[in-house]
Amino acid sequence: MTRIIAYADRVSARPGETVNFMVSCDGIDRYEVDLIRVIHGDVNPSGPGYQVEPIPFDFGGHKQGRHQPINPGSYGLVDDHAAFAGLSSFTVQAAVWPTLPGAGEQVILCRRDPESGSGFRLLLDDDGALAFEVCSKEGGAVIVSTGKPLLAEKWYAVAGGYDAATGELFVGQTPSLNYPRTEDAGYTSHAATAGLSQVETAAAVTIGAQPARDCPAEGHFSGRIDSPRILSRALAKDEIEEPPDPDNPVHDDLVAAWDFSIGIPTDRITDVSPNQLHGRLINLPTRGVPGRKWTGQEHNWTKRPDHYGAIHFHDDDLHDCGWDVDFSLTVPETLTSGVYAVRMHAGDEEYFVPFAVRPVPGQPTSDIAFLLPTASYMAYANNRIGIDFSETEIVIGRLIQLNKSDLFQQEHPELGLCFYDLHNDGSPVYYSSRLRPIINMQPKHMGHLGGVGSNLWQFNADTHILAWLEQFGQPFDVITDEDLEAEGHDALAGYRVVVTGTHPEYYSVGMLDALQDHVDQGGRLMYLGGNGFYWRIAYHQSLPGVIECRKSEDGIRTTPPRPGEFYSSFTGEYTGLWRRNGRAPNELAGVGMVSQGFDISAPYVRTEASRDGRAAFIFEGVEDEVIGDFGLSGGGAAGLELDAADTALGTPPHALVLASSRRHTDVYLMTPEDMHDPVPGMGGTEAEIIRADMVFFETSNGGAVFSTGSIAWAGSLSHNGYKNNVAQIMTNVLTRFCNPAPH
Amino acid sequence: MSKYRITDADLPFAAEFKARPVGFHSPGLQRVLNVLRGGPKAGKLVLVVQEPFKKWILGRMPSRRGEPVEILEGQEFTSLEDAEWAVFKRRWAVQTGRELDL
Repeated sequence: MTRIIAYADRVSARPGETVNFMVSCDGIDRYEVDLIRVIHGDVNPSGPGYQVEPIPFDFGGHKQGRHQPINPGSYGLVDDHAAFAGLSSFTVQAAVWPTLPGAGEQVILCRRDPESGSGFRLLLDDDGALAFEVCSKEGGAVIVSTGKPLLAEKWYAVAGGYDAATGELFVGQTPSLNYPRTEDAGYTSHAATAGLSQVETAAAVTIGAQPARDCPAEGHFSGRIDSPRILSRALAKDEIEEPPDPDNPVHDDLVAAWDFSIGIPTDRITDVSPNQLHGRLINLPTRGVPGRKWTGQEHNWTKRPDHYGAIHFHDDDLHDCGWDVDFSLTVPETLTSGVYAVRMHAGDEEYFVPFAVRPVPGQPTSDIAFLLPTASYMAYANNRIGIDFSETEIVIGRLIQLNKSDLFQQEHPELGLCFYDLHNDGSPVYYSSRLRPIINMQPKHMGHLGGVGSNLWQFNADTHILAWLEQFGQPFDVITDEDLEAEGHDALAGYRVVVTGTHPEYYSVGMLDALQDHVDQGGRLMYLGGNGFYWRIAYHQSLPGVIECRKSEDGIRTTPPRPGEFYSSFTGEYTGLWRRNGRAPNELAGVGMVSQGFDISAPYVRTEASRDGRAAFIFEGVEDEVIGDFGLSGGGAAGLELDAADTALGTPPHALVLASSRRHTDVYLMTPEDMHDPVPGMGGTEAEIIRADMVFFETSNGGAVFSTGSIAWAGSLSHNGYKNNVAQIMTNVLTRFCNPAPH
Repeated sequence: MSKYRITDADLPFAAEFKARPVGFHSPGLQRVLNVLRGGPKAGKLVLVVQEPFKKWILGRMPSRRGEPVEILEGQEFTSLEDAEWAVFKRRWAVQTGRELDL
């Protein structure tokens, strides 16, 4: 079992910059640390095998192992304040939309000392009914419940309160919709001790969870909370039947009233009461989701933020593990740009944390920049495709193989989720962070979707390209998606050729603009993958290392966003496929996603267009008609995810389709975005559209684009000691693309 | 989730699978595989890698996140094709109530 896990605070660094590493060990007292340059992470004995370059670096000797916990689950946190301690009679109100009522105690709002239990809390009890508890050091805990379980995914006005004068404790829930034969409204009051005080309790107010003894929080609420507030008076029964509304005039008795429609792109929550008891959100609950006032008339939260006054809390949200730093690496001036990894190891245990080293600013060391697709790595971070979804075996056309890291991940769901997973309450995952161990972003890692053979995906599959670049005989620099996001086209300045990874699927508008500017200004692009430039993402505007993706409209996805959730909470951008945002991948790359299947791959067959004089340089020394009928990723160069040319989607009219794959198995299917009117014959043996197209075209100002439209392509490079028609085409293209002569 | 029910009429597809468990399949075999490779995740048979590219053992998926994968001791394979056929036969028997005799 994996007993060392770790992450870094950054994924890209220049000479002189420092990368901090956070490590957690399970039963390992001492471990060693090495620095390596990653060349080929594929351990398949049918290929070149595992290849790294050890880099001398003094990490200061061995390290002491220690355990550092991961604490998932989101909530709001408001620091303690005298206004809370001064409460005698009071009421807590909110509107809630629970997703898992009955799945254990779930706290809506509380102020509670985890040691003594003193304080108060409004919660769903074990039965899913609303309950309110007051506990003081004088009087012990008193809890009152409506005894009426709430329905899942329905809005309720909820409230609980205490009258210090009479000692009465009350709780009430009022559904926004009433169904015949359904009794989900309830009000209960209970005589308790009069004169209980909150003074002796010193605790923050938490929303969506309660403080715990052994970890930051427990009792996580699953679902949405809208407009929680605290009033310094015991409200009457008829006063709590309406949900709290921040748009109504401020109540005289308000202690705090948090309006979640304010600051949606942030991790801050705003109290609109005169006390201004603002707070912050832990572990990135989902914002920009319809609240209880949403009518369906407006889908863009930037236009009607008042309709988006809810936050969706999940018990499995995770942002930043927040571990203490175990060691650091300041990038030496002598370290050339490349993909590196820190390797921690003890006995048979090892764990890698990769990162990119960029050259000194303004000093590219090569014509070639390899664009490490770190956004796509984050999109797939710790994905549960092999362990959560039965259908995976059908689409990979073979038994699922679980590796050591899969077994670890199955037992440790606290590692967090990604865009391919579902939250425990079944809702889609919109946010992914790299500030946590990402166990599928390591050399040697095997995935599930990589086809018969090596079965690699994302980071480790991209080492097939890194290893080939080593063979090319010219140094190359490495930049990451985050660099592209931060610097735009400037990140590509000085590079004649940008080389992509095997599956650069997730792109922000800034990243896409930067690449488009590159090719429009005479740069060259080698797109060596499939299903690239597919989903629109957004980076968090203040928290580094966090991206958002909402898979609106259509596209291949685990589950669609719910209605009203198609706009990014980070930026307010419309989300979904770039194709649905008017910028299909075909415009940049000449090809766009048409199909996926993960069993075997196919070769390309050359077309007449490959004889065009414009493409002569590509096939120099290539006599074969069939290209890539070999490879480590499914046994062929065209496979796993496929892109094809389509002028209707933006493939330039002068683009040459040089070669195409022909026959794929029937686990390859057309994409939802192409299935407008489903008819039989949508599988790989029948549908004409299911093919990879190899495309070349010139761009303005002497630039050019070469695209393979296949994730499997890179798996064919090393065949026969890198002497094969796939590698020859690559050498021809990269050589010409490095030549400054205009195309 | 497939609603197809496997019958003796599908026996030729079992033979086809035995000959080529991975790759191109006839439509009839694909329909059978959609049943046998589908179903709920809980209890699903998987291969657990013991030595990469060399040795595997059967495992059974748990129903919930956090629970360990059950290892089926003694069910080891040194060939992926053998593993595919062994699992195919087990699932066929579960679906039809009859052992495959091929």
